Amino acid sequence: MLSDKDRIFTNLYGFHDWGLEGARRRGSWSGTKELIDKGRDWIVNEVKESGLRGRGGAGFPTGLKWSFMPKQSDGRPHYLVVNADESEPGTCKDREIMRHDPHHLVEGALLASFAMGAHTSYIYVRGEFIRERERLQAAIDEAYEARLVGKDNVHGWDFDLYVHHGAGAYICGEESAMLESLEGKKGQPRLKPPFPASVGLFGCPTTVNNVESIAVIPEILRRGGSWFAGLGRPNNTGTKLFCVSGHVNRPCTVEEEMGIPFRELIDKHCGGIRGGWDNLLAVIPGGSSVPCVPATGCDEMTMDFDCLRGLQSGLGTAAVIVMDKSTDIIRAIARLAYFYKHESCGQCTPCREGTGWMWRVVTRMAEGRASKSEIDLLFEVSKQIEGHTICALGDAAAWPVQGLIRHFRPVIEERIDDYSRNSSGGRLVAAE
Amino acid sequence: MSVRRLHDEQPESFAFTAENLAWAEQQLLKYPADRRQSAVIPLLWRAQEQEGWVSRAAIEHVAEFLSMPPIRVLEVATFYTMFQLRPVGAKAHVQVCGTTPCMLRGAEEIIKICRKRIAEHAHELSGNGDFSWEEVECLGACVNAPMVQVGKDTYEDLTPDSFRAVLDAFAAGKTPKPGPQIDRQFACPEGGPTSLTDPALYDGSMAAAVMSEKAAEPAPAEAKAPAPAEDAELSPEERADAAGTKPDMLSEPAGGIADDLKCIGGVGPKIEDILNGLGIFHFGQIAAWTEENKAWIDGYLKFKGRIDREKWVDQAKVLAEGGDTDFSRRVDAGDVPSSQE
Repeated sequence: MLSDKDRIFTNLYGFHDWGLEGARRRGSWSGTKELIDKGRDWIVNEVKESGLRGRGGAGFPTGLKWSFMPKQSDGRPHYLVVNADESEPGTCKDREIMRHDPHHLVEGALLASFAMGAHTSYIYVRGEFIRERERLQAAIDEAYEARLVGKDNVHGWDFDLYVHHGAGAYICGEESAMLESLEGKKGQPRLKPPFPASVGLFGCPTTVNNVESIAVIPEILRRGGSWFAGLGRPNNTGTKLFCVSGHVNRPCTVEEEMGIPFRELIDKHCGGIRGGWDNLLAVIPGGSSVPCVPATGCDEMTMDFDCLRGLQSGLGTAAVIVMDKSTDIIRAIARLAYFYKHESCGQCTPCREGTGWMWRVVTRMAEGRASKSEIDLLFEVSKQIEGHTICALGDAAAWPVQGLIRHFRPVIEERIDDYSRNSSGGRLVAAE
Repeated sequence: MSVRRLHDEQPESFAFTAENLAWAEQQLLKYPADRRQSAVIPLLWRAQEQEGWVSRAAIEHVAEFLSMPPIRVLEVATFYTMFQLRPVGAKAHVQVCGTTPCMLRGAEEIIKICRKRIAEHAHELSGNGDFSWEEVECLGACVNAPMVQVGKDTYEDLTPDSFRAVLDAFAAGKTPKPGPQIDRQFACPEGGPTSLTDPALYDGSMAAAVMSEKAAEPAPAEAKAPAPAEDAELSPEERADAAGTKPDMLSEPAGGIADDLKCIGGVGPKIEDILNGLGIFHFGQIAAWTEENKAWIDGYLKFKGRIDREKWVDQAKVLAEGGDTDFSRRVDAGDVPSSQE
């Protein structure tokens, strides 16, 4: 188990002072100037060496992403945009960082901006997190007052940090939709290329990073990339905030080492599965967008990118949704299908039409009011949505449905059988 | 996609209050001068806070203020689902998270209660106009499911009974206590933390230890992080005297026995030692602090208002009279590691 000394978010639960004084006592803002004095290249290399992979779901190496930014400004300003639009169902980690450990994020934004030659950074907070953005703003105000950030600050790198917010749109968590939203438009993703590192916010070079990715930067730099790389396992390094929800005895958010066995995570921190380990039905291990893993796969499952990909799922945001045997798995996935229908931005036809279609079909399947041939049809249609849209929302909508069919086809078939047995014979369902 | 249209009954006009107009001007400073449009979401949100919902007139007002074509603002108002396009309940608009993590823990029961107690359909006003409700998508508090949001606050770890109690409180014109509705600290496991229990994380040693390269410089005796440059030369006493009036101190605890000041939320062993060192041993002493006294202690400890934020004086008043606070009960139960010796 990860030792407390290797944990980064030491005020995760808000037992201590979130403010500047408390954060300093826990180690924040300690030697920041020395880190900056080592220069941009040193910071980027240290982040590369740490093996940090983006914490927003895709797992792209953070140091590599930073190195895509132009080394010299061509006259356009550079921007860092911090993605705090935490909306992936199951995920509630950035919320805890913003309200209880905000100085990690403020200090991280300064260091990351310096490393990318940015003098301005925006933190885009989802609209619903009103208290969280008030707290974050208060922390930023403290940092301005102590001249840790701002013009002519003690670190010698002019830096302005602003909090911006959305108003309820999951799609704005997609980086180019977020930039559109920050420009005051509908949050509809942009075609790439050009990538944000060349044409991003206001047409300028921009990097978008998740809150957790940025908030771990100060500790990585203070303790060294090799410290972070020494935790977890190769290609899956460091610590990670896990959000365990659903049918466990004590749901919680906890910082653990990457690659922790699923069972250890649940037993140590969450009081076990409700009704005991044998009562487990399935787990969605990385937020709603990844396919579920049935109980048979959970015995040997470790919580990292590579193991979960091997199980045809993914670590995503490390939002672990646990379902016990009382769960109606078809209804649970149907509700996710509704989520994607609701959140599709409507720009690409396969997603706009497909998400609604999948939701209607899965909802009928939850009642059993379907024919078995529709199971294959549903799978095929989901494959037509996947990979045929501008952004990954189409994929994210398709995967949970594919996971359902892959692992629980017999449950769907049984439901259909029950329905036809109980119906008074030969009722036809209009084709959707 | 959700289909969202403007309400069929619209007010004649809308104008920001003077205060909101000044706030809106401030917002523009966040963005490059030729990018006023960036402020459209914050401004529409402010309009909604002012009126309760977003009307056509508000959309036009914001469009004019930002020099945007009204259709572009309409596009934004109908795209983002937090903008209420019709009037909502006067006392509470209840947003129930219905997405799978909340559904698994009972959100459907919460929605049934809304249908029964508020109105059959989402966005419909209750009979007396005080309440309305809607089912929303994941609100990002999944480990505290099921939950609802009302205004700025969330009410978490609900049961049908505790949700009814929340509604009752709003109906009575009160604001119920936000956060988990069971005995639990935010996202911490119920029953107390399973991590972050090492006191060394909080005694200041982390600030010195992690900077190995700074080892050459001796860490300050208190192992505190370096102070901001401007007041580094002042001693704590000087800083405190500049800020307020020193409260009355005792040379030793009355009757030789000091109160356990760690029962005050915000006071750990380290701060208790400092307070004892100054001559503060009893809840009664803290309960008697004036604003000037608080400022003095605040300056001494460089707390920047923490005493007020954590309501030390209010807590001390209750404890001095022999009462309990939520926090002190947790300390007594051994649930607060940072308050153990």
